[in-house]
Amino acid sequence: MTAPRARAARRDRRAILTGLAWTSPWLFGASLFMFLPMALSLWYSFTDYPLIEEPIWTGTSNYARMPDDPTFRRVVWNTAVYSAISIPACTVLSLVLAALLSMRIRLARFFQACIFVPTLVPLVASAMVWMWLFNGEFGLINRLLALVGVRGPTWLVDQQWVLPSLVVMSLWSVGQSVVIYIAAIHEVPRQLYEAAVLDGMSPLRRFFHVTLPMISPAILFNVIVMLINTVQIFAVPYVMFKRPDGQNPAGHFYTMYLYENAFVYGQMGYACAMAWLQLLVILALTAVMFIGGRRLVYYRGG
Amino acid sequence: MTTDAPRSPVAHALLYVLLASVALTFVMPLVWMIATSVKPESQAASQRITLLPDPASSLPGVAQENYARVWNDRAVEFPLYLRNTLIVAVLSVVGMTFSSAAVAYGLSRVRWRGRGAVMALVLATMMIPFPVIMAPLYVVFRGIDQTMESVGLLPRFESLRMIGSLKPLWVPAWFGGAFNIFLLRQFYMGLPRELDEAARIDGCSHWRIFWTIILPLSRPALAVVALFHFIYVWNDFVGPLIFLTDRDQFTLALGLQLYQGQAGNTPWNLLMAASTLVVAPVLLLFMVTQRTLVGGIASAGLKD
Repeated sequence: MTAPRARAARRDRRAILTGLAWTSPWLFGASLFMFLPMALSLWYSFTDYPLIEEPIWTGTSNYARMPDDPTFRRVVWNTAVYSAISIPACTVLSLVLAALLSMRIRLARFFQACIFVPTLVPLVASAMVWMWLFNGEFGLINRLLALVGVRGPTWLVDQQWVLPSLVVMSLWSVGQSVVIYIAAIHEVPRQLYEAAVLDGMSPLRRFFHVTLPMISPAILFNVIVMLINTVQIFAVPYVMFKRPDGQNPAGHFYTMYLYENAFVYGQMGYACAMAWLQLLVILALTAVMFIGGRRLVYYRGG
Repeated sequence: MTTDAPRSPVAHALLYVLLASVALTFVMPLVWMIATSVKPESQAASQRITLLPDPASSLPGVAQENYARVWNDRAVEFPLYLRNTLIVAVLSVVGMTFSSAAVAYGLSRVRWRGRGAVMALVLATMMIPFPVIMAPLYVVFRGIDQTMESVGLLPRFESLRMIGSLKPLWVPAWFGGAFNIFLLRQFYMGLPRELDEAARIDGCSHWRIFWTIILPLSRPALAVVALFHFIYVWNDFVGPLIFLTDRDQFTLALGLQLYQGQAGNTPWNLLMAASTLVVAPVLLLFMVTQRTLVGGIASAGLKD
């Protein structure tokens, strides 16, 4: 009796070794370039570490310092407000565009390509192009406004207009969500629409009562991806507002301040504490959405 | 399914007008970028809205002059940045595609206890924002240098040094990426099992099955991964910002930002010419691969 079982156990062990061998590149890479930095980051977050000297254990002082740091409070506020406006705005816009583009019309593919193209533009280049569009004197936006007799603000200079400008820019890159929503709408079974038409539903009601519930898993997916990206906003404001005369306080965001702490001010410990707080907040928000989504999201057969 | 377009001709026409103006709005920034890049400085900064330069100046002449000035600029060396970007892109696209495929093979075509756990770990890492690891990642690469130095490898092979080289930007790609592994695994799960089971009975090794059966069959999926990763590398800004210190190692994204540093005194027509140079390759790639790219993104959001 024992011989076959021993043979089975040996086969099992061999299979595990084979599997580990095939996945070893990722296991090794993730350990070295992901898990090790995460562990280091957690440790550094409890230390004072100026990068050129050894870290010194300081307990929770990095975390305790945050509430009293006015710059920290400012970047948290900016990042939160930006996300709170940009995510719903992008979601509504991309759903509307997807609903229009999933209709059986000619040129739909071409229109979709036009909307998708901006998502391919490198962020640094988008920042440059939009700085030019938003230019107070010669920017296209203010020139167009002047045509209808409106004197536009100096978008990226005026503190009040920095956030709205960035939200407008974020709307420009909804292309990926639009593509995902269109694909999701195409998966909705035809009979549902036929039944809705028989029930005498108007196109608008069909959208709210058939399309939206059926594509809700895609909405949840997109909102979570957007959340993870929006909370990390970095490259665009970094390029736009990093001026020799100092930071524009309205265009200062969480990850920018994190970067400055690590590589400019030599406060690696504080930067790592900020990074861990960011991770925890993202995980918490994602968990909330999954739990809230369980009630709102409709899974077929699930 | 596709929903029906409105029946009445008026509504139909309105829909087209709406969609056309939306599409135009989305493309406008890029059109304006290119338009500015072919204007002389005086016309870029004028209150009139024109797509092309005044007839008084010749379009090809101005365009050629602007682009030549950007290309030959001593302060921001475009040809050098292009070379660096291509080195990083080629090395990391090849590494990423190949290693992700191998790991995905291990997670789909090899049956073993523990593969579910490894897959869960792969998925979990997709949630981790880059800022969490970006600062200590620098310390890790510095640590690799210090370790190699202490065992005597570095002085003999100076080319192995990480910090101050392009390596931190492409070496990690050779260990696979979570999203790409996920994408390829989904594809491999869909391939019929009989394919490699027959080969295994014939005594083929996993390696041969991978190399001669799975890889050729998964060309479309590999193309999606390579394409995604190329665009990611081309656009990456934070990685080069952290790891590159010398100007002669900069990539295009980082070099373009350098240009921005002098925006106060650099004319907008030149800045837009520089931006066009950085954007153009991605746009051309999109035109060639539109179906593959858009299809890949669409399926990424649907599969679960």
